[in-house]
Amino acid sequence: MPKIMKKKYLINIIAVAVVFLILCLLFDTGLLGRKAAYFNGLVTIGMFYTIIVCSLNLLTGYMGEFSLGHAGFMSIGAYASAIATTIISDHVQLSSIALYLIAIIIGGLAAAIIGVLVGIPALRLSGDYLCIVTVAVAEIVRVVLSNVGIKPITGNATFGKSFAGIARVSDYHYVYITMVICIAIMYCYIRSRYGRALISIREDRIAAAASGINVTRTKVLTFTISAAFAGVAGAIYAHYITTLVPTYFNFSKSSEFLAIVILGGSGSMTGSIIAAPILSALPQLISYVFPDFASYRMLIYAVVLVVVMIFKPTGLFGGKEFSLPDLILDGKRKKKEKVS
Amino acid sequence: MTKLIQSLMYGLNLGSIYALTALGYTMVYGIIRMINFAHGDFIMVGGFTLFYTIPVMKNLGLPLWLAVIAAICVCVGVGVLTEQIAYKPVRGQGSTTALITALGMSLVLENGALVVFGSAPRNVPPMFSLPTIEIMGASIPGQTLLTLAIGVVVMIILSLFIKYTKLGKAMRAVPEDKVASTLVGINVNKIITITFAIGSGLAAIASMMYTTSYVSIKNELGITLGLKAFVAAVLGGIGSVAGAMVGGLLLGIVEILVKVYMLPGTYEAVTYLILIVVLLVRPTGLLGKAVSEKV
Repeated sequence: MPKIMKKKYLINIIAVAVVFLILCLLFDTGLLGRKAAYFNGLVTIGMFYTIIVCSLNLLTGYMGEFSLGHAGFMSIGAYASAIATTIISDHVQLSSIALYLIAIIIGGLAAAIIGVLVGIPALRLSGDYLCIVTVAVAEIVRVVLSNVGIKPITGNATFGKSFAGIARVSDYHYVYITMVICIAIMYCYIRSRYGRALISIREDRIAAAASGINVTRTKVLTFTISAAFAGVAGAIYAHYITTLVPTYFNFSKSSEFLAIVILGGSGSMTGSIIAAPILSALPQLISYVFPDFASYRMLIYAVVLVVVMIFKPTGLFGGKEFSLPDLILDGKRKKKEKVS
Repeated sequence: MTKLIQSLMYGLNLGSIYALTALGYTMVYGIIRMINFAHGDFIMVGGFTLFYTIPVMKNLGLPLWLAVIAAICVCVGVGVLTEQIAYKPVRGQGSTTALITALGMSLVLENGALVVFGSAPRNVPPMFSLPTIEIMGASIPGQTLLTLAIGVVVMIILSLFIKYTKLGKAMRAVPEDKVASTLVGINVNKIITITFAIGSGLAAIASMMYTTSYVSIKNELGITLGLKAFVAAVLGGIGSVAGAMVGGLLLGIVEILVKVYMLPGTYEAVTYLILIVVLLVRPTGLLGKAVSEKV
């Protein structure tokens, strides 16, 4: 590995660790006092939003297709993981980290399986039609979840349309590490040969196919990965909020995710990582001060969305990425140049 | 048998609501290739206009159907404003931008209504008081038949308008070829605005039909109704006026039949399942024309 790469990895790892330590400092030392639990919750919500928004950005920004059904994949992950952990914790006593790992793996896998099943037929379509199919899939999932009660296999838990009593294992330490790993995987995927193939398909599908790229396989793979991370986000959500209601995962939720992707800038992971926590936590913070704000939240998003589309359709970051190592190393280089 | 006739009539009634809404989607899509997500919300706007104007008409002693005229005016106003403010600037910036803008406008209207009218459902006062009519043993409310009749009449008038008038011909010409339409002297921008106006007017009539049959309205009405009407438009073949009517009526009948004879809670799932199957088997819809991709 070249020395410069090593340096960049080191800087990134240090940055990630520093943020983690800051979070620990804020929440574990009692610095925030009684409000720690509240801010802790905001950060956890911000983090699962980041995962799902990044996963949606994979489709929107790099594949150039829209999904207005990501709340559906999220609900699959949430319900599957919740059922799994509830059954497991009825039989065996597991530590919370084991339960958490099982939850995110089951959630991701379940959503990925549905993602493949939907993706193989649906990705023959593109553009508006694909978008509508994802809406349809999410609505079917929602209707099925609202109608089919899941019978409890063992005594304790109450399953069914709304699902209560899920173990609360989404601790922010775990969630933060999960988020970092998820984003790293997605980023690596985009930079891999599959990711480059994907971008070439976005730019020109026919030219990509002509130069030997298997268009369908690449698209289905990306769709599945995106669905899987949406499922992981769902699992985190389920094990944080502990009660699931099918109506939460509706069309409005899906459009909220898409709105965040677009506002942050489609095709920019940085944009999603910055926009998701801000747009999920900021409204809550504001409504902490002004209780009436909650009802204005989506209106303001929507107006901003339309205005952004008219004046800067590429969003906040518009496909650009921010890199801390580049910033530091370039800064040093410039200094050296000045000196010499 | 009685049950079947009754369900069919209700199905036709619901279907004509879908058909009128689907017409708005299909006309706009045909002309600017954009899913106008906000179209469903125009119906919600129309519904709230009726909610507020019907008591006013009652107090003034005017005939209640004047409220429909008011609803049409408001809806056309909102539709044209939406087009002028939001859609016109992004025209020609690619389908992605158009889709997001449409979604954004839908969210603006939906959440604007939430702020203005609140989230509680409202009951629109009845506009007509008609006796229940018996057809072959099945008793059907008069307003169901009346709205069905209005829907059918509006669709016939629209078909004739599009087929025979100069404006209608221009509306058919623009989707075929924008440049050529400009060459023969059609003001494309004006036609697009008129299309939005007609679509919104149809949405107002659909809202009248909806409120007479289902009474209760809510700020989220636009999304559910709009999505299903869009399904109807795709089912019939998007861009095709006849297709929207057939798709709408078909969808309405299927939904009611599923509701009555199968699991009542799952009719929405059936609707979307039909959409997926149609898109996979015949993406152009039942009456749509296949467009081959240019390389």
